Amino acid sequence: MRPSSQQSTQSTRESTRERTRHLVIVGNGMACHRLIEALVTSPARPAHITVIGEEPVPAYNRILLSPLLAGDTDCAALTLREAHWYAEHGITLRLGERVLAIDPGKKHVVTERARLDFDALVLATGSTPAWPTVPGIELQGVHGFRDLEDAKTLTEIARRGGQAVVIGGGLLGLEAAQGLYQRGRGALSVSVLQRGEHLMNRQLDAHAGALLKKTLEARGLNVHTGARLAGLIDDGQGAVAGVALEDGRVLEASHVVVAAGITPNDLLARRAGLACDRAVRVDHHLRTSHPAIYALGECCQFEEHTFGLVEPIWRQVEVLARVLCGEPGAGYVEAPSATRLKVSGIELYAFGPVEAAIDHEVLRYSDPESGEYRRLLLKDGRIEGAVLYGDTAQGPWYFHQAQQGADLSAARSALLFGQADVEAFLNSPTQEAA
Amino acid sequence: MHEASCPAPSTNTTCPYCGVGCGVTATVRDGRVEAVEGDPTHPANFGRLCVKGSALHETLGEQGRLLTPRLDGKLASWEAALAALTERLTALQATHGRETVAAYLSGQLLTEDYYVANKLFKGFLGTPHLDTNSRLCMASAVAGYKRAFGADAVPGNYEDLEEAELVVLAGSNLAWNHPVLYQRLKLAKERNPLMRVVVIDPRVTDTCEIADLYLGIQPGSDATLFNGLLAFMAERGHVDTRYLKRHTEGFLDALEAARKSAPSVAAVAAACDIDAERLETFYYWFARHLHVVTLYSQGVNQSTSGTDKCNAIINCHLVGGKLGLPGAGPFSITGQPNAMGGREVGGLANQLAAHMDYHTPGAIDRVTRFWATGSLAPCLPEAPGHKAIELFEAIERGEITVLWVMATNPAVSLPDAARVRRALAKCPLVIVSECVANTDMLAYADIVLPASGWSEKDGTVTNSERRISRQRGLLPPPGEARHDWQIICEVATRLGFGEAFGYNHPWEIFDEHARLSGFENAGVGKRLFDISALAGRGRAAYDALAPVQWPVTRAAARGTARLFEEGEFATPSGRARLVAVTPREPEQSLSARYPLRLNTGRIRDQWHTMTRTARAPRLMNHRAEPFVELHPADADKAGLVDQDLARLTAPDGEYRARVRLSNAQRRGEAFIPMHWSDQFTGAGRSGALLSGRTDPVSGQPETKHGAVSVSALAPAWQATLMIRDGAEPEGAAWQALDYWARIPMAGCTRWQLASTRPVDDWPAEIEAWLGASVTLFSDAAAGRFRAAGVYNGRLSWWLMVGPPQELPGTGWLQSRFNEDALSANQRRRVLAGCDSGARDAGPVVCSCHQVGRQTIIEAIHAGDQSVEALGARLACGTQCGSCLPELKSLLEEERGRARSEQAPATQLA
Repeated sequence: MRPSSQQSTQSTRESTRERTRHLVIVGNGMACHRLIEALVTSPARPAHITVIGEEPVPAYNRILLSPLLAGDTDCAALTLREAHWYAEHGITLRLGERVLAIDPGKKHVVTERARLDFDALVLATGSTPAWPTVPGIELQGVHGFRDLEDAKTLTEIARRGGQAVVIGGGLLGLEAAQGLYQRGRGALSVSVLQRGEHLMNRQLDAHAGALLKKTLEARGLNVHTGARLAGLIDDGQGAVAGVALEDGRVLEASHVVVAAGITPNDLLARRAGLACDRAVRVDHHLRTSHPAIYALGECCQFEEHTFGLVEPIWRQVEVLARVLCGEPGAGYVEAPSATRLKVSGIELYAFGPVEAAIDHEVLRYSDPESGEYRRLLLKDGRIEGAVLYGDTAQGPWYFHQAQQGADLSAARSALLFGQADVEAFLNSPTQEAA
Repeated sequence: MHEASCPAPSTNTTCPYCGVGCGVTATVRDGRVEAVEGDPTHPANFGRLCVKGSALHETLGEQGRLLTPRLDGKLASWEAALAALTERLTALQATHGRETVAAYLSGQLLTEDYYVANKLFKGFLGTPHLDTNSRLCMASAVAGYKRAFGADAVPGNYEDLEEAELVVLAGSNLAWNHPVLYQRLKLAKERNPLMRVVVIDPRVTDTCEIADLYLGIQPGSDATLFNGLLAFMAERGHVDTRYLKRHTEGFLDALEAARKSAPSVAAVAAACDIDAERLETFYYWFARHLHVVTLYSQGVNQSTSGTDKCNAIINCHLVGGKLGLPGAGPFSITGQPNAMGGREVGGLANQLAAHMDYHTPGAIDRVTRFWATGSLAPCLPEAPGHKAIELFEAIERGEITVLWVMATNPAVSLPDAARVRRALAKCPLVIVSECVANTDMLAYADIVLPASGWSEKDGTVTNSERRISRQRGLLPPPGEARHDWQIICEVATRLGFGEAFGYNHPWEIFDEHARLSGFENAGVGKRLFDISALAGRGRAAYDALAPVQWPVTRAAARGTARLFEEGEFATPSGRARLVAVTPREPEQSLSARYPLRLNTGRIRDQWHTMTRTARAPRLMNHRAEPFVELHPADADKAGLVDQDLARLTAPDGEYRARVRLSNAQRRGEAFIPMHWSDQFTGAGRSGALLSGRTDPVSGQPETKHGAVSVSALAPAWQATLMIRDGAEPEGAAWQALDYWARIPMAGCTRWQLASTRPVDDWPAEIEAWLGASVTLFSDAAAGRFRAAGVYNGRLSWWLMVGPPQELPGTGWLQSRFNEDALSANQRRRVLAGCDSGARDAGPVVCSCHQVGRQTIIEAIHAGDQSVEALGARLACGTQCGSCLPELKSLLEEERGRARSEQAPATQLA
């Protein structure tokens, strides 16, 4: 009982349906995996789906790479779906295979091994670590931390011991550093270099960043903030021996891990002539400049935004799944999202601007001894930003208040203590002081 | 087998607070008073106790007690202190003269203490300058009685209040100041629906709860009001001519004076600033009823014309023959537990001893003969000495070189405080007998002697209805403290008067006092005060003494419930005197610069200068800070809103306190409490705003009629600081701020602070104050800041910068200060100051059961429509009942709120 093409008032919908008989997805990361999970539940799913992944294993939970490195979890925990699950759902899984080119005109992709026609193509190629352009970056012993292979390498390094220097004091760098340190059990000294004045400067304010630094240092990591990389030092045999900073400091290093941001993998798209800026440009239906080609996740750019956190990507998946099933509803819109992170067991929750603007009222709670910190940015009594460190229980409520644009001026003095206090404060009659 | 626990022994004694003189049953266990309850057998209270009395056991303990003598600011032995005292006193008296020695006593002393002090100073040191703080509350009432009846004698008793048809409360907030008597009156009124109560007071007080008629008169217009009543009674034929003819004199003069000052009801209504119809109702009620009690207190007494006001009241009773019978009489209600006992022994400067005055024929000779011993002859002064205010003026002039202050705090309680303090600083020898280690007085003392306090002292007191009761010692005095009578007798002995002061026990003093009261007391000029039947009965009888009303004579061995029943008075003619009263304005006059009339008084849960009551944290909950009550319009004019900080200014002083807006306050008037001293706030002494104007007859100062201006303190910030006991640094630096108030709590102290100087760096400021670092803080911008010090897991201090209205209830924090460690969750909540969002019970309304305002409001919303229902649910108001008026007004408020909330809904529909 397939719906026939006649009588349809929506020709685009019809044409989409026509063309999604064979869907090819390039990249078998977490975005791809979630997209497939969404598609297979829909009766209107594309008849044929082919997934091409460069890595030799099916998509896994990349977020757990750090605990894996740290030894807190094992490989099995990372598994999302076994290969046979793809087969059972009529999905052709081509692993360990690289796509070399896309021909949008002919609607086929060329891989190392084959040429595949598609009705619709999804680019889910993700990103690679941003590689700093400094002398010596090509030396042996310089690693990224992106996939299972990297995790394996780093585990080996940690076992051998020595001095590791992690470049990047953001989420990924800290996770890598903590993983290395924990795996190294004292044999490996681990230093973190952060270009900015405090750690995680995209999410945390200086105070929270300093708290984090203190906590990590107490655990045994060496944290260098304001550390601008000048170059890597050659041991004379093509391997790295140290890290030179712009201020003249030199850190010994038997290994260097690069974890300072990501670069979207948009090379295929560029070569195919698709519109790209910082990444592959997509519209609110995740469509690239070619009507049959889509992109999502870390490799795409919507308006001015590129992506690194899962929350918006999951929303992209929902949109794209509907599009691919011929039922494009409301498109993707960029919405503020809160960052909830757990860096090495430290709870963090943040949203909104990190730095206070001049017209922001800043509300802070700080208990350094207990490692708790909260900071709210208020404009006209409305929450615009929050950084919660340690105790993040109230994060969702703050975020909700911010989304609602609720005027909380009247309960300002209770605001830092959370929902129950604010409500009690607003509901209580004026208290007598004397 | 385990040891059988023996029941803790309980002892009947009396409450040391107000003049009601309630009986208290105290349970002592392991050397401490474990509990107190009302003595069901005591005729003053029949088992009831007010909130202050109920908290007596919470005010005890050695902490804060004065335990050792001090000499010139240093700890000293008794030997050294007494040797210095004797030597210096002797030398100064020898150099400057007999009458340069003075004593200032207190209604807190027991009759026996008073007796030996009076005997030493007047009898053997030969100086008339011995006065007492009773002067501040009772002197006008005493003078009024003496002028009218020839004796300082309250004619009636408490039962008269219950038996009256009409009770007039003039200048008395009975509900707060004599709560147990108020409860008795309230109950009597419930039982007798025909009983009427009239309240005459410039302020609408909680006492008005039982008023059938309220007259909110202009302060100081009482005499006009009662003169008008006298004229009304004469005009309408409500005069008991038979009584007047047989038992009184001076009626025509009094009536003429009354008519002159109160020519018509309309004129009186205008002068008193009240509604003429209401006034006439009062006049009519008073005139028509025989069984009328007029109960009057400090609102009448504390005036430069207080004595006249008392006589204006007494005149009306005499004209109607409304005294000397059950349920009738002019009744002065006393402020202190033993004000009357002190007067019985002669503790006022114009008295000699045992109700004999200097001018009483033969009195000096009689007392001299009575006090003489085998080898010692007393040298009594010939004329009265300086009354309180005059005494301190004499000190300032250098005429007094030795002052011994016992059990009172004149540096706080006297008006024109700056002058009093100057005088004290100037006096060559100041001796202070005191039981508390920190009072404003001690700073002026050369010699400090630790005295015993309530629960240790043993003797007798006399309450407002002439009832003598035993106050019994329950515990030994702490440290080196001694009883006042012992200290006085020891000094007397060292001065060479040992033979006249060889008492071994208070009963021997009482026995002598009782003998003196009956000594040559017969025939013409017979003294009313006679308890000779209590003499010669030995220690056992003294210890077992049941409460009894004087006179106690052979003819009236079981005491005398009511005086003047036969119309026989203690005047030379035997007739009561009507006094012609010409009303006078308060002497502290208002001006453009000081336009507000200042009223002062007590609050429900505090006593005098708070040295004792502030030791019970729950008594601090009712009113925690010094305050000023203002009419909203006056506040508005000064740019003040409720809970702001205000500055009251008088020509010689300043007072800083929190504003309470009150519609109970007349426009143009302000009310402040009399309790706060430098120990509890920076500038909260009511005396600083009052000038030392006194009544020409009684010498009582005019403490109800100050003249002040009000302005906003306008602080840059306000803060609440709480500190664990023991964590406070020496010399709290924040006491230099523009405003501070200290509020003792259990295990910690709360400070309310404010300053006009902004603080930029709060953590630095705190470190400077406490010498301790901030461990956690929250900075809520807009002038808000909270911080706490948690060291080794223990909460040491807590600070909130911001308006105190934002203060969470302090109960939760108080509990944290009493624990050794904060749990992780408590630590997380410590700056919030409460459990997670748990609504606080609000400010405490019922002190006995610690029920908060919010809890009560919720119960009302839940359907409790009466105080009984609230009591059944929450137990509030069921113990001492002091909060019943507040409960009632909460009920009314909530009803009103419910009505006004319904109104718009109806409009919409």
